[in-house]
Amino acid sequence: MIGRIFGGLPPRARLLGAALVAVLLLVPLVADRYVVSVLVLVFAAAYLGQAWNIMMGFAGQLSLGHALYVGVAAYAAAALYVHFGIGPWAGLFVGMALAAAFAAVIGFLGFRFGIEGVHFALLTIAFAEFTRIGFDHIAWTGGAGGFFIPVSQVQFDLLNLRGGPTMWYYVMLVLMLAALALCRYLTRSRVGYYWLAIREDPEAARALGIDIFRYKMIAVVLSAAMTALGGVFTAFYYNNLFPERVFSINSSIDLILAPIIGGLGTLMGPIVGAFILTPVGEALIGVLEHLGLAVPGAKQIFYGLVLLAIIWLRPDGVWPWLARRLGVADEDRR
Amino acid sequence: MPFDFYVNLVSTGVLNGLVYGLMALGLSVIFGVIRVVNFAHGEMAVVAMYAAFVLFRGFGIDPLVSMVPIAAGLFALGYLLQAGLINPFVGRAEHEQFILLVGVAIILVNGLLMLYGPDARHADVSYGYDSFEVGPLLLDKVRVYAALAAFAVAVLLFLFFRFTRTGTAIRACADNLVGAAVIGLDVKHLYALTFGIGAACVGAAGALMILLTDATPMLAPSYTLLAFTIVIIGGLGSQSGALAGGVLIGVSESLASFFIAPSMKAMFSFGLLILVLLFRPQGLFGRRT
Repeated sequence: MIGRIFGGLPPRARLLGAALVAVLLLVPLVADRYVVSVLVLVFAAAYLGQAWNIMMGFAGQLSLGHALYVGVAAYAAAALYVHFGIGPWAGLFVGMALAAAFAAVIGFLGFRFGIEGVHFALLTIAFAEFTRIGFDHIAWTGGAGGFFIPVSQVQFDLLNLRGGPTMWYYVMLVLMLAALALCRYLTRSRVGYYWLAIREDPEAARALGIDIFRYKMIAVVLSAAMTALGGVFTAFYYNNLFPERVFSINSSIDLILAPIIGGLGTLMGPIVGAFILTPVGEALIGVLEHLGLAVPGAKQIFYGLVLLAIIWLRPDGVWPWLARRLGVADEDRR
Repeated sequence: MPFDFYVNLVSTGVLNGLVYGLMALGLSVIFGVIRVVNFAHGEMAVVAMYAAFVLFRGFGIDPLVSMVPIAAGLFALGYLLQAGLINPFVGRAEHEQFILLVGVAIILVNGLLMLYGPDARHADVSYGYDSFEVGPLLLDKVRVYAALAAFAVAVLLFLFFRFTRTGTAIRACADNLVGAAVIGLDVKHLYALTFGIGAACVGAAGALMILLTDATPMLAPSYTLLAFTIVIIGGLGSQSGALAGGVLIGVSESLASFFIAPSMKAMFSFGLLILVLLFRPQGLFGRRT
């Protein structure tokens, strides 16, 4: 497994990667709370983007309903914690299992009934919206009024995921790096090559004897389970859940911005995208506030302009171009 | 007299549904010809709602009148969008088109948010609370007018595609793109016209919508989804299907609002969408391609 992850990397990429990780490990020692908290959001966005990228970037299945997996897992773990005192590490498995089950149903229906492209994307939206409205009416989890995890002043309680920015910084950093390693492993193993074949030409893949249905199902279930894990962690970070926010189409779109801007189907894409989008958005808000122009919507308009610019100028994303500049372009761009 | 009550419920749904249908018609026309899914459709509808609101508040122009200039304005917006932004993306990967239009959608809806804030805006026309009594039926005047106007626009559109040279040329592009280019049709211009026409439909529908409900920027994504739902249920690219799908969704919303809860009405639309996607992906009124 280690060989699959680190083998084949150009020496320059190893060096740059190690340097970057070392810097990131040291940041909380020198940076102030604000920088740390922005980086927590960056890591979370990179992690969730990586999970979505498995489905769209690797296997070529456009899902616009990933908010569903974030939401059910987040609500499941939060409800178990608040109502029964069951810790998030146990709730995590319940949440991931639930999300995987949802994904299996959606994937089964979509792939068995031959729903593709835009129609498949709509199917995922429809399930997410359906669930959103459902959660608006579930009193056990607060309905439309929201569900809250009690805030505590504990600085470091990893077992219950209660803690300050520094703890969250390292938790999210580990998540992001673990997802990167897992995806690197997947893309260099049999299943990754099958996904690639299916993404590029499903008919040719079928002719080669690849069980398309099975490998698409693996992609959607794995992607959902990883997304669910991210959902649980972000829920315990924010301490509040609203169906309107968690399940909405906007949150599905937020989730896919980083991998698209960084580079769809690349391993570094979600990370690069998150590092561009989140800090620049935060900086923009800071500048606007300073100028007294902070109005709701300004940041989103900026995101919209970034999307247009990227899709016009670099439809493959920023990473393939950046990798060439850094001299680390390898078979990473698939 | 419970029966009368149900009839009222259904007829309200039909009237709302015709306006929904006109909005969805715009989406259907755009997809049917250009094969690009307009993910900014609901956003355009809400832009039109705000335009109607502003014209009503500022100049006292009735939305039934202002729908004409608003449709013209959205036609121009749609033409420019297609000519300037979308044409290079025709035939590219679906996700690239999607991202392009999501970018447009985000800018439109947040532009409205910046200009007008999140509060609901309402056009209180003088006949807002009047109604027609037809036997046991009690029909809101605003709904009747809006539905008639929507139906009229839909008929005009149908006549345009059937009997004008430009309409025929656009249908030629939809049927056989290469053939259309070979016989010398200016496909890029026709695509821009088509997007403009689709946007004009949604513009007219949006102006009428302000008679039926309050405008907020947050309506936009749900209208995009509503238009999709209708178009998929009616059959992508089928004009009559879009209208019929609109009526179906209008009735389902109005029944669900009463029997279950108003906030759960959309759940039934999405449930219907899932069923149609699975069992009749070409839509209830569409033909399998």
